[in-house]
Amino acid sequence: MRKILFLFAALSISAVIMIGIFVFIEGYPIFIKVGLLNFIFGQKWSPSEGLYGILPMIIGTFSTTLGALILSVPLSVFTAIFLVDYAPKKVERLINPAIELLAGIPSVIYGLFGMTMIVPIIREFQKSYFGNGTSQMQSGYSILAAAIILSIMISPTIISVTRDALKSVEHELKAGSLALGATKWQTTWHIVLPTAKSGIIAGIVLGMGRAIGETMAVIMVAGNTVGFPESIFSPVRSLTGNIAIEMAYAAAGDHTQALFGTGIVLFILIMFINGFALRIFGKGVKAK
Amino acid sequence: MLRQHVKLILIMVLTFTILMLTVGCGNSNTKSQGQDNNSLGQEPELSGSIQIAGSTSVQPLSEELAMDFMSKYSNVKINVAGGGSGAGIKAAQDGTCDIGGSSRELKPEEKSVKEIVIAKDGIAVVVNPANPISDLTIKQIKSVFSGDVTNWKNLGGSDAPITVVIREDGSGTRGAFEEIVLGKDSKFTNKAIIQNSTGAVRTTVASTPDAIGFISLGALNDEVKALQVGGIEASKENVLNNSYKVARPFIYMTKEEPTGLIKLFIDFVLSAEGQKIVERDFIPVR
Amino acid sequence: MKSKTTEKFMKVILWISGIITLLILVTILMYIISRGLSKISIGFLTQLPRRMGMEGGIYPAIVGTFYFVIVTILMAAPVGIATAVYLTEYSGQNIWVKVIRFGNDMLSAVPSIVFGLFGFALFVVKLKPITGGWSILSGALTGMLMILPTIIRSSEEAIKAVPQEYKEASLALGASNEQTITSIIIPTAMPGIITGVILGIGRVIGETAAFLLTLGGSVLIPSSIFSPARTLAMHIYLTAMEVGALDMAFGTASVLIITILILNLVTHMVLNRYSRVSSR
Repeated sequence: MRKILFLFAALSISAVIMIGIFVFIEGYPIFIKVGLLNFIFGQKWSPSEGLYGILPMIIGTFSTTLGALILSVPLSVFTAIFLVDYAPKKVERLINPAIELLAGIPSVIYGLFGMTMIVPIIREFQKSYFGNGTSQMQSGYSILAAAIILSIMISPTIISVTRDALKSVEHELKAGSLALGATKWQTTWHIVLPTAKSGIIAGIVLGMGRAIGETMAVIMVAGNTVGFPESIFSPVRSLTGNIAIEMAYAAAGDHTQALFGTGIVLFILIMFINGFALRIFGKGVKAK
Repeated sequence: MLRQHVKLILIMVLTFTILMLTVGCGNSNTKSQGQDNNSLGQEPELSGSIQIAGSTSVQPLSEELAMDFMSKYSNVKINVAGGGSGAGIKAAQDGTCDIGGSSRELKPEEKSVKEIVIAKDGIAVVVNPANPISDLTIKQIKSVFSGDVTNWKNLGGSDAPITVVIREDGSGTRGAFEEIVLGKDSKFTNKAIIQNSTGAVRTTVASTPDAIGFISLGALNDEVKALQVGGIEASKENVLNNSYKVARPFIYMTKEEPTGLIKLFIDFVLSAEGQKIVERDFIPVR
Repeated sequence: MKSKTTEKFMKVILWISGIITLLILVTILMYIISRGLSKISIGFLTQLPRRMGMEGGIYPAIVGTFYFVIVTILMAAPVGIATAVYLTEYSGQNIWVKVIRFGNDMLSAVPSIVFGLFGFALFVVKLKPITGGWSILSGALTGMLMILPTIIRSSEEAIKAVPQEYKEASLALGASNEQTITSIIIPTAMPGIITGVILGIGRVIGETAAFLLTLGGSVLIPSSIFSPARTLAMHIYLTAMEVGALDMAFGTASVLIITILILNLVTHMVLNRYSRVSSR
């Protein structure tokens, strides 16, 4: 019995290893063909010309993720503080399921929402405030659109991990601070937040991982250009988008290998980030 | 209370498993029957199954064709999967599916399979309906898509920057467009928005006032305006008589010369009846 | 004085944050449903799509989703529960527990498109003779790996929450370890396990990227686990992007959102019953 159960239990770790190995086997020939550094720092992606450089996609992924974090972190952390220390029970009972639901909405639906709602708003905004400049990047499909959608998508992760971290701050600590005459916010700012710091950072890092790994919503709003972005209104392509956009038509050979190569970079990046999150959060991190 | 719960779930699970098994068995039975029939060449009680995979542009057409074929021969089962032209070609080469679909011309090194052109598809250059421009020469179109011309006023339009929308590298539409319009000496601008389907390109052009893109002729609707190319309208007739040059084939590929059920299906596709289905959205070849 | 102003100011900010979070959800739900609800009818739910999904209904996507979810859960649930039992009841504190937990955390972090690449390379291409290439089976094997961490985690917590006395009583009555697990621990933890399974279902229903590469996306009704299929989420993507039929996409999205709302409701009902039972 024990041995059988162990076999089942070992599936998850062996799956991770298998995923790593398989994606690596399929993708590594491209590293040899074009050189690892040329692949990662190559500035031009044009499979039909045999050019496989994913630097524009790396920048795309980082710019959208950074944008999402800038938009999402303050709102999410404040919402978590609100839920733990400020919200009346009734309001808490309303917002908690709402956050669960936000986490449960499929990414295509976020994409559909972004494509038909956020993108036009950004386009009109840009037109009316920045006029008809010479820039060709005025379609609304942009870093900004992707960042907004991603910020919504990662907020449940950040909120729930932060909320758990804040809740685990010992009650005596807060009571002591309040008893010494500190206001509620002073207690939150000077006592609770620093104590829960590692948990909050873990939440943010997990959210970041989710933003980097998101595919469908991003390809529906980001424009997927292969060039370098000029501003937050420029379209970009993410690493995930690179795979999803081109996988369907890629001819077997270099092109497919290059997409698997993109997958390898993505896999290592995510493993690194999550390893980091697990480390700072110690044991028992709940990624949700 | 809880006990009941558990029992209920177990019963549910069991039912579904049995369901699944029976369905699974059913399928394998028809499969073997089909092979028997094929080898014996029995005509009347036709049954068996065909696997089609490949280009996502051909997939919807294959599905329409498959639906009609299956309603004619109720014992035949056709599975249509996507995967892309590259995957379709590979699957046909390996023989892992019966028919592979491609929406681009095969490259010389891919020519080891038998290919049958089942339809043609024109490629329309489209702009937003609000755009005053309605006719561009191939040369002008080339300069826009390669990024040499970046403002509509240089083409006689209003003073607005051009948003170029193209398909992803590897797409059949893009490949055909690139070959016919851009030629060997120029490349797509790297400032272009890239969408990975005809529908997405059309939606983008329809919602972006200063956009230009190219889509399958079959996907044309009144949300976008098709440009005349050098004075020639993008229409089925003009593709057929070769005056409108921007077009590509839809290809079915098989590993070997098709026989039996597969041949019957391909014959059906090429028959008047099949080509009538093709005609709804694409250009028939017969 | 200053601290009081800050206090008030921050209180306002915090309330606003909470309300914005709520508003975002309401906006998205209202927007999708208001654009899609008029599309939903009996015909929409029961007809085949015509002309690449531009016309007709979404019946095959509903059947496909249902079929696919069942197969995935049938594979994932036993493995997930077995793993949870191992982690809580059998393992003590050996090195394997750490390794398995680590693997679990990592597995839950793998981006869905990487699952897709893996599923494509292994199940669709390499194991084609067994899985039939793009098929429900290939998709379900990929989906199983995606939802395993969720099921394991919920089941583990549920099993941990089973009172120690139950186990001791059972063992004291002479039941073996196995008997205790199968007839005491798992039944008692069942609501928590079901919650995990429902969460897993939610993830499978919502995922698109991985299944575009493994499930095939056929609009025809699947006849066995070896046929390709498409889920509702894939249908939304394919109608919105591939054919540009936004109204159909919104209609399908509304159906999907309503499904997810119902799933969430069920989860809460199960959880509520659970907390009542365990507090008794």
